[in-house]
Amino acid sequence: MAEAAPEFVYTVYIAAPAERVWNALVDGDLTRQYWGHENRSDWKPGSRWEHVRVGPGGEVDVAGRVIEIDPPRRLVTSWFSPGDEGDAARTSRVTYEVTAIGEEARLVVTHSDLNEPGMRAGVSSGWPLVLSSLKSFLETGKALDALGARIKELG
Amino acid sequence: MEKVFRALADPSRRMLLDRLFAKGGQTLSALAADMPMSRQAVTKHLAILEEANLVAIHWHGREKLHYLNPVPIGDIVRRWVGKFEDARVEALGDFKQHVETKERKHGRGRT
Repeated sequence: MAEAAPEFVYTVYIAAPAERVWNALVDGDLTRQYWGHENRSDWKPGSRWEHVRVGPGGEVDVAGRVIEIDPPRRLVTSWFSPGDEGDAARTSRVTYEVTAIGEEARLVVTHSDLNEPGMRAGVSSGWPLVLSSLKSFLETGKALDALGARIKELG
Repeated sequence: MEKVFRALADPSRRMLLDRLFAKGGQTLSALAADMPMSRQAVTKHLAILEEANLVAIHWHGREKLHYLNPVPIGDIVRRWVGKFEDARVEALGDFKQHVETKERKHGRGRT
């Protein structure tokens, strides 16, 4: 079956080496600092990954599988709400591609197969904020306050 | 940031972004069919938007698909707006908690 075109494609240029951008996607301690969530996995193909909210509850907001991984360039993951596990129609796919451009990096995030409306709404407002926060975190050491506010709204 | 402002300064380019906001993943042909200008003009505008990183590209087989990339616009907005957002959301949260606590006390008094 031919792959459908993605629903969303986001690009961000970050003044940091590609390896740092890559680590910021897969290192739970780093994702906590700019994403308000810990990305938790052993990052082996087929392994589970979890997007765990920072805070006392430690809710898993998103989970999925590592479909493909080629550090520090390409990571493909499946995404679903924990309650939708095993439901292919409610499972989407996120691809991260990191390209070194001299001393800087370009990160392209592609979100496909987004058929679940709740996830779709969250994603379309969420990614731009997360990517701005990542850029700010890697370039200045400071994540966005706005992201903290959004996570409080979830809570 | 200069490039973003320059790209946004043109009404045709803003119209192209509107089209991509309404429907992501369009080809040049689809966009050109919908716009009151030549295909070459659309190509030129898209190149400027791409250069400003307001349009992201995805190759789907041989098709070049265009997507609105709002990340640079968000950076601009948050440069001036972001600081207040946190405080506002927090204040609303406090207000909600305050009202709900009162509400609960009230309820208990009546039953």
